[in-house]
Amino acid sequence: MQYTKDLLTDLYRTMLRIRLAEESLVEPILKGEIRCPVHLYSGEEAVAAGICANLEKTDYIFGNHRSHGHYLAKGGDMSRMVAEIYGKETGCSRGRGGSMHLIDPENGILGIVPIVAGTISLALGASLAIKIKKQKKVVITFFGDGATGEGVLYEALNFAALKKLPIIFACENNLYSTHLPIKEIRVNDNISESATPFGIKSIRVDGNNVLEVYEASEHAVKQCRDGEGPVFIEFLTYRFRGHVGPDDNIQGSHTDIRPAEEIERWLNKDPINHLKKILIDEKICSESEISKIFDEVTNEVEVATDFALKSNYPDPSELLKYVYKE
Amino acid sequence: MSTKNRKLSYSLAINEALKQIMAVDQDVFVIGQGVKSPWYVGNTCKDLIRLYGEERVIDTPISENAMTGAAVGAALAGMSVIIMHPRSDFSLYAFDPIINQAANWSYMNGGRASVPVVFWLVVNRAGEQAAQHSQALHSLFSHIPGLKVIAPSNAYDVKGLLISAIRDPNPVVFIDDRWLYGQEDNVPEEIYELPIGKGIIKNEGNEVTLVSSSFLAAESSIAVDLLKVEGISVELIDLRSIKPLDFELIFNSVKKTGRLVIVDGSWKTNSIASEISATVNEKLFGSLKVPVLRLNLPDAPAPASRTLELEYYITKNKIVNAVKSILK
Ligand SMILES: Cc1ncc(C[n+]2csc(CCOP(=O)(O)OP(=O)(O)O)c2C)c(N)n1
Ligand SMILES: [Mg+2]
Repeated sequence: MQYTKDLLTDLYRTMLRIRLAEESLVEPILKGEIRCPVHLYSGEEAVAAGICANLEKTDYIFGNHRSHGHYLAKGGDMSRMVAEIYGKETGCSRGRGGSMHLIDPENGILGIVPIVAGTISLALGASLAIKIKKQKKVVITFFGDGATGEGVLYEALNFAALKKLPIIFACENNLYSTHLPIKEIRVNDNISESATPFGIKSIRVDGNNVLEVYEASEHAVKQCRDGEGPVFIEFLTYRFRGHVGPDDNIQGSHTDIRPAEEIERWLNKDPINHLKKILIDEKICSESEISKIFDEVTNEVEVATDFALKSNYPDPSELLKYVYKE
Repeated sequence: MSTKNRKLSYSLAINEALKQIMAVDQDVFVIGQGVKSPWYVGNTCKDLIRLYGEERVIDTPISENAMTGAAVGAALAGMSVIIMHPRSDFSLYAFDPIINQAANWSYMNGGRASVPVVFWLVVNRAGEQAAQHSQALHSLFSHIPGLKVIAPSNAYDVKGLLISAIRDPNPVVFIDDRWLYGQEDNVPEEIYELPIGKGIIKNEGNEVTLVSSSFLAAESSIAVDLLKVEGISVELIDLRSIKPLDFELIFNSVKKTGRLVIVDGSWKTNSIASEISATVNEKLFGSLKVPVLRLNLPDAPAPASRTLELEYYITKNKIVNAVKSILK
């Protein structure tokens, strides 16, 4: 194996942190303790983990409605994320934003919003700033297959190519955008081909194989740092849970139209199990090392939950605070 | 009008309006991201695809700008189009076709053509959804010359106003509110129109005039009943249309009561409440016993957290208190 044990266990830990942090939200959502819309990333962890393992703290990312994984992988604090989802004052957006508005500028997490494709042009602007300032940073814009319907994506692709900007367009193609399978929104379901005509290097990788993700983004990041950006990467992946909340079918809407056998097939491609198997089969980690990581992450999630539960809700007298920066 | 009234929910009244107009007018079609998903549109678009096919009931990729522009273009080519945005927030991608194109079209082309499009914007707020999933933008659209804006508060009104909006040769912004969907009312079975630009007195009274629209008109109605119990007589006006505004109705009531409370679910600054207040001050200054009172959302984006939401949104209790405070 060409990778160090440290890198491999880091990737494993990052994916597990995302998975366990999110799974801890399921019960509180069903009980109504968490009320904001929560779009779980379970099943897609390899994308965030594999990309962000190539980033420095000073690099930037922008996300969408399904961005818990991006936030955690880029170094966002778990406790502050969980507190935000609970709507607490100690949350990363001080309870003003909820799950769909995570932020951590000190760690390069510049913005996460649920307007589909809403941050693509913002990421473009951040890459422009990097170029003007002659920095070596890179920007990742995360978006889904659904965002390929928005014209702003193509405007951004063109300008990024024109100015050779250090931006990676990371499209997480999980084959659905709410109720619409990809066949109903595009003639060509190969998204990566959309970027090529703009003169952008574009590839498609298995988004459930964290090592493939890591390699593809390692090259892409290097290209961007060398002034050879932008790069477009399509990650084929699948969400294990509902579009919003744990399960679209049990929350009264019955809108998960995905075939059961398709879901089953993807559950067997769990990115975390995939890496775990490599770690064990290639004797990189022992079973006890693996369970030690599991215990540590479980503990981190408990600490985060405890922090969130013990935190206060925002004081209603501060409703107007932060409308403007003072 | 038929006396054969029966109860229908707000959302099914929308559904019935769409079904009936599509049956009688082959030029009408519905387009929008989510029209075939109850998760987005409740039962407002129920059976439409079965009845009229996917040629006239079009679910779309997430492409608000182009789809809204396409609605405008189809209207220019002889169709009558309803473009649905399952949250008004998403329509902000379509400011160009709505404002630059549709709203200006008739005037800048010397009346040679107009744009019979209904921009159907659903308000679906609270639930800790925060700033980008909660916005009620009726005041903003009412600022634009060339647009009409309707905001019906009940099932009877929504059916009649929607039919009128679809038949109107001009672009009409139709704002509905998911919080009204379950509310039932008597709704005639046949197709009917209600005039755009006319409000209605929902309750006669002589101490205070209370003006409202959409969901808050329904809330105001409850508040008025609560006030009645305490011996306070409120004249409640449901605007039905935000643009044009029915000033005559408002003026006549304020002349009688001398007191005006406006309850409006948009931000306070430059809101429809501001417009009503300014106009009443211009025209009826001498009739006012006390200054006009506006009850709006504070000038802040919608917050997520429950404690802030509670403070942020207008409730019937806040309406009751507003009316009482103007009587002090
Ligand atoms: C501009 C805009 N239009 C519509 C929506 C409603 N919406 C929320 S998520 C979503 C689907 C997004 O699909 P995709 O980009 O593939 O991401 P996924 O949910 O699959 O991760 C839609 C249509 C929105 N949030 N913003
Ligand atoms: Mg998707």
